[in-house]
Amino acid sequence: MDEWVSLALILAGIAAMALSGLPGLLPFRGAGRSERLSAAGMIAGAALGGAGLTASAMAGNVPALSWAWNLPMGRFSVALDGLSAVFLLPTLVAAPLASIYGLGYWSEARHPESAARLRFFLGLMAGALGMVVIARDAVLFLIAWEVMAVAAFFLITTEDEAPSVRESGWLYLAATHLASLALIAAFSLWNSATGSTALEAAPQAAGPWTAIFLLSLLGFGLKAGLMPFHVWLPGAHANAPSHVSALMSGVLIKMGVYGLARMTAILPAPPVYWGGLLLLLGTASAVLGVAYAIAQHDLKRLLAYHSVENIGIIFMGLGLALMGRSAGRGDWIAFGLAGALLHVWNHGLFKSLLFLGAGSVIHATGTREMDRMGGLAKSMPRTAALFLIGAAAICGLPPLNGFVSEFLIYLGLFQVLQSSHAAVFWAWPAFTVPFLAMTGALAVACFVKVYGVVFLGEPRSDACRGAHEPPASMTAPMIVLAAGCFLIGLLPWAVLPFMGRAISAWAPGTDPLLLSMAPVGWISAVGGALIGGAALAFLWLRRRGGSAPLAGTWDCGYAAPSPRMQYTASSFGQFLVGQFAWALRPRLHAPRLEGPFPTPARFETHVEDVALQRGILPAWRWSLLAFGRLRFLQQGRIQVYVLYMAVFAVALLAVSMGLQP
Amino acid sequence: MTARLLHPVVFLLGAPLLLGVVVKVKALAAGRKGAPLLQFYFDIWRLLRKEMVLSRTTTWVFLAGPAAGLASVVLAGLFIPVGRVEAPLGFTGDFILFAYLLALGRFFTAAAALDTGSAFEGMGAVREVTFACFTELALFFSLIVLARLSGSLNLSRMILAAGSGPIPAARVALLLVAASVFLVLLAENCRIPFDDPNTHLELTMIHEVMVLDHSGPALGAVLYGAALKFFVFSSLVAGLLASALPLGGAWGWGLYAALLAAVAVLVGVVESVMARLRLVHVPRLLIGGGLLAAFALLLAVKDMP
Repeated sequence: MDEWVSLALILAGIAAMALSGLPGLLPFRGAGRSERLSAAGMIAGAALGGAGLTASAMAGNVPALSWAWNLPMGRFSVALDGLSAVFLLPTLVAAPLASIYGLGYWSEARHPESAARLRFFLGLMAGALGMVVIARDAVLFLIAWEVMAVAAFFLITTEDEAPSVRESGWLYLAATHLASLALIAAFSLWNSATGSTALEAAPQAAGPWTAIFLLSLLGFGLKAGLMPFHVWLPGAHANAPSHVSALMSGVLIKMGVYGLARMTAILPAPPVYWGGLLLLLGTASAVLGVAYAIAQHDLKRLLAYHSVENIGIIFMGLGLALMGRSAGRGDWIAFGLAGALLHVWNHGLFKSLLFLGAGSVIHATGTREMDRMGGLAKSMPRTAALFLIGAAAICGLPPLNGFVSEFLIYLGLFQVLQSSHAAVFWAWPAFTVPFLAMTGALAVACFVKVYGVVFLGEPRSDACRGAHEPPASMTAPMIVLAAGCFLIGLLPWAVLPFMGRAISAWAPGTDPLLLSMAPVGWISAVGGALIGGAALAFLWLRRRGGSAPLAGTWDCGYAAPSPRMQYTASSFGQFLVGQFAWALRPRLHAPRLEGPFPTPARFETHVEDVALQRGILPAWRWSLLAFGRLRFLQQGRIQVYVLYMAVFAVALLAVSMGLQP
Repeated sequence: MTARLLHPVVFLLGAPLLLGVVVKVKALAAGRKGAPLLQFYFDIWRLLRKEMVLSRTTTWVFLAGPAAGLASVVLAGLFIPVGRVEAPLGFTGDFILFAYLLALGRFFTAAAALDTGSAFEGMGAVREVTFACFTELALFFSLIVLARLSGSLNLSRMILAAGSGPIPAARVALLLVAASVFLVLLAENCRIPFDDPNTHLELTMIHEVMVLDHSGPALGAVLYGAALKFFVFSSLVAGLLASALPLGGAWGWGLYAALLAAVAVLVGVVESVMARLRLVHVPRLLIGGGLLAAFALLLAVKDMP
């Protein structure tokens, strides 16, 4: 089969996904039909794309197409190498699942005012996501990037009647445009240094590479939600409809990772501090992201902070791989990059699963406040079991997929110790290992809290008591995602070849066979033994407890416990929030109790985002004031503006004549 | 080979004996005669034959807690060498799986505690998962040192070869690591000064309060799992001490058993002479343990041959 066939299939799939929302905008009769038509379009697009991806993987080639177009610069060039393939697959999996979930979650019947618009932009975003990863030209990349970013804005502001939604929408728009500005600057520099907008490895060694790297780190870091650029992320993920959050958290923010991976692949000879910077930012993001998550009591905001954490873990792997390129160490590259990219897949799986699960919970209870939930495992057993799989996976627990990718990153970081380089300098990345471990333990704490408060214990409100399972269209996508978590967790050797191809694409000359040093067969075996052993023990206990008499929970002699006495999300996190108070700055409104009979009082604590509340917003207000001083330039009279233009043109003329006498 | 096959037998059958030693030491220190050394075997056997009582609030997660806890600690124990015998399971990076298996057990034990809806069990769950964040820090600093000293990423070899590597300060570093892992042992197994297994007040407990509602075979599984976990960590500390002592290869089962008993006695002595720390001070002690290992890491990284 010709090379271009697989790319043509993928392009057709992208077009089908991008246009899948159109039927809803046409004046059809029967909204239900256009709903199903959209989902079908999305599935068909994903199937076409999947066929193209399979064809290219079977042939083992790197298909590429390049056409001239009528724009003043750039070309329409697309290609599918190992790196693009790794980032394309999550879109093809998550987008149709989100679309199917949307049939039940955001149906035309329940949301007639916004459902059609939502489907249109969901399709557009899915198509743009696919386009971003195969674009090989800076201009084409920026166009796809902008379509993706703006479609996401309209998705976030689906419920724009609520002020909090509008606020998060504006914050997202400001952040994403700052990112685009940084990228335009980076690509302009790239264009002037290499003389072309093609995103291929730089032909010469000298150039403003560090400036380009830092600008892309700003642009792509903002999109990925790397700390301290994460400020837009919690609000946007919390306020979007849940299946949109799933797609955004599972796939969209990974485009930041993809962009940085692509840029670091084509920039020549990275100095060692690039990788070091990524590793440190990643570590900070991982630990602080999960610390913020523990402080949350809004279910979706909590999940959003976990995206910051997982992006941090991914950047740790990417930073290690980049350091490996600087140091010429193939094993750092192989384990770091394979761990990072596999974590991109894994996070896409379990985070989408968790957001969809959260959506089902919100659908059933009508609130995002965890402290009003409880006991849902009894009324929604299927959702509870699926959410448990996602929760264990995101904590990196065996035998699920999160463990495998974190294992590879650990293994890469431990290779640093086997270094034969001058000892101390190259050993410092090992000091990030305990913080990765601490992140894992904090994630366990956080998800024990989420699962316990939302699904276990007694219901804390009437809405929870009357909760019901969602329709099959909402459960089925979650089952697929949970199966994916088990599949990668138990059969990691089946997916490593994909990572091997991506490694060859990212750092040509690295031997992808280094990955076979990873003991993935053992992970399969121990994972299988774990499931078998735990299942045996569980069935035995279940049989012994089958005829057990039922009683009330032992509450240490107290006879009338009420559901309000259970540990809540806030009380669960209180100790750890206290330990991280230096970073989280919790605000306490504690009442002063005076006299023997104090009056009724309220106690409140808030954990706001420090980077946003103490960094960005004050800077924003300050810049408003500062720019206010320039307001005298705005005279509102046309003659003055013409004068400005004339002065500017003369100045430009003078400069250009001065440069070229 | 026979010795390697014997490993699981020693591990699975010998574990409750070690807890018996701790209890005996505490009793002797308090001037009592104390329970027989085999008391834990009797307890587990008695619980296994008893009937279970379940709370109306609970779901299947309540029984999944002991099941997952037991399965994970049994598997984790198969990565720890006993004496000079390498563990039956071992591969590159197995210590990461070891740590995460214990985390899996913790996840399900704490979830089972929250399943009862009791505020007291909630308290225990919070404390367990909170302190674990700091024990992981100390544990992984220690593991890095071992990887550096031994030049291996296989837990058995990391412990057995750590003292005989090319790094001059290896033994000092190993002693620091052993101290750090001993603190991890006390915290992970809920011993004084982190937790008091014998207190009568549910408000102050950590591990025991999480399993208040478990009864009969479920409680038996929890108790057996706790004994196994104590054995795993004691064996780790004993192995580290054995590597740190300048004995060369000339030590066998006798010395190992003596060191293992010494660790148990040390735990008993600590319990007899110390009071439980205030809960807010626990993270500080654990971070101190992590710093010990971090110093050891500096020693190990500094002198590279």
